[in-house]
Amino acid sequence: MKTVAPGARLDSELAKRLLTQMQLIRRFEEKAAEMYAMGKIGGFLHLYIGQEAVAVGATAACRPDDYAVSSYREHGHCLAKGSDPRRIMAELFGRMDGLSKGKGGSMHLFDKGVNFLGGHGIVGAHLPLAAGAGFAIKYQGGDQVVLCYFGDGAVPEGEFHESLNLCALWKLPVVYICENNRYAMGTAIHRALAQTEIWRFAETYGIKGEAVDGMDVLAIRDCVGRAVERARRDKVPTLIEARTYRFRGHSMRDPAGAIYRTKEEVEREKQRDPIVLFSERCLKDGALTEADLKLIEKGVADQVDEAVAFAEASPEPPPEELFTDVYKD
Amino acid sequence: MAVMTYREALNLALREEMRRDPRVFVMGEEVGLYDGAYKVTQGLLKEFGEKRIVDTPICESGFTGVGVGAAMLGLRPVVEMMTFNFSILALDQIVNSAAKMCYMSGGQYNVPLVVRGPGGPAAQLAAQHSQSMETYFYHVPGLKVVRPSTPGDAKGLLKSAIRDDNPVIFIESETLYAIKGEVPEDPEYLIPLGVAAVRREGTDVTVIAYMGMLYRALEVAEELDKDGISVEIVDPRTLRPMDTATILGSVRKTHRCVVIEAGAGFAGMGSEIAATIQEEAFDDLDAPVARVTGENAPMPYARNLELLKTPSKAKILAAIRRVCA
Repeated sequence: MKTVAPGARLDSELAKRLLTQMQLIRRFEEKAAEMYAMGKIGGFLHLYIGQEAVAVGATAACRPDDYAVSSYREHGHCLAKGSDPRRIMAELFGRMDGLSKGKGGSMHLFDKGVNFLGGHGIVGAHLPLAAGAGFAIKYQGGDQVVLCYFGDGAVPEGEFHESLNLCALWKLPVVYICENNRYAMGTAIHRALAQTEIWRFAETYGIKGEAVDGMDVLAIRDCVGRAVERARRDKVPTLIEARTYRFRGHSMRDPAGAIYRTKEEVEREKQRDPIVLFSERCLKDGALTEADLKLIEKGVADQVDEAVAFAEASPEPPPEELFTDVYKD
Repeated sequence: MAVMTYREALNLALREEMRRDPRVFVMGEEVGLYDGAYKVTQGLLKEFGEKRIVDTPICESGFTGVGVGAAMLGLRPVVEMMTFNFSILALDQIVNSAAKMCYMSGGQYNVPLVVRGPGGPAAQLAAQHSQSMETYFYHVPGLKVVRPSTPGDAKGLLKSAIRDDNPVIFIESETLYAIKGEVPEDPEYLIPLGVAAVRREGTDVTVIAYMGMLYRALEVAEELDKDGISVEIVDPRTLRPMDTATILGSVRKTHRCVVIEAGAGFAGMGSEIAATIQEEAFDDLDAPVARVTGENAPMPYARNLELLKTPSKAKILAAIRRVCA
């Protein structure tokens, strides 16, 4: 597993940016859980808490005009891509100022303005969409790259294999990032996959595969950076397995996640909190001070409070919205 | 006006749209080097090259999803299903991805995708290769569903489908590929989606039929003419959106209606049309709307049983006589 060279000096600006984004996602998700408990958010709510380093590290390796697409656990990816937290929260609230006018909800965040191709609710279904985006980029002669995030639960799906095969066969600029949090809902990875070293599936398709510590934002940035460079330069896909852990249940309906994993295991994994690890690293390196950390926390807390206020103030979509966007005129 | 086969009309429509719009490309199994399993894409690889005529491995879900993703970025893919029976493997991409993308994204991403290929009853292809697949799709808001019955329609409707900004399911027919008809050569010849055609004017009864059933109905109508029964035949052409105005207009004139469909009748197109007519034109009816449908059994292989499965001329004739009695 690739880790950051211990001697490398950490740039203060970069440190601040990465930590701020991870903290924003953490705070946003904690607030979303609160709002869910208060009945402000309905349906399914899948939190990204524990996995923040993956979205933030990967996005940091990309250009703003690169594309990203994700599953239904996508708030973090959408935020990292630069989407407005106020409009995401409004979407979760089912309000008119949400990204999709309240018609998509938590599992279907889309933001064309930042090239975020959506959150998709059917496990594995967005992997071919990523290949299609890669196909279109190549067809149009562009040099963008597509990041496709998915969980270990998508790996047994046929579409995972169909997509890797097509991207390898046609040389498409897609970086597949499997966020292996070890559980597909309540099914542990060893109960679902004959090959639990997910990055090894890359060998089957003759492409580059790499495993990375999903709790180390810099390691992810480096690893995805290499893949993005390959994709941009050589138009080839990569499969990355980011080994991470979700600190909360599968969704808000599985709050503890205690049936299929032990409390001890969860507590042990929380010792490797990506935000704590990175904060320590920043302090140790002298990239950030305690005061900086406090300022970042305060800043994102304000931003999230503002997002909630914005969502609260936004009107419900009017009845005629039921029928708009079914077809494009 | 040129006379050509239904297959040639489709080929011409693809050529014209690909010449007109560089964003249009064709993707599917055997569409390129093999020239198409049913030769609809014959010669396209030679004219447009591998970039735009893309042979895929056998992975319907995968390549249909590629089409959806490419459409989200502004391309206009035409995805061929070698036969529509295989589209069940891509059903999730069509129903959950293509049909809902515009809605889920609040109108940010639309999917200008055509999924086309042959469907409906064929000749002794048995249970898995001889199905009327339109029922799987016309239930879904966000999709448009086309069934073109003539060479001219094949061209005009396919061109409209390719230019449409929404996902269009375009189901052709193996049994019609070789039929000939007049096809306008005008590269701007378009038939709008959602507009039915009156194939035969009549005064006593409206018969609604498309594809192979349309031709059976036309023959039956000639026979009934001798008996003094004047049959009007409406071909919906597009099943979603359905041109209910034309259907209701015809029923209000004839006061009687028979709907014919090749597929199994349970919850079929006939049920939908019958329900619409009784909701909108009940007082205009002189008889209950009749349905002549495929039997509620899988398609058998044995020729004698296969003939029993799909509505025969005799059954259509009997139904019309009953309604007109």
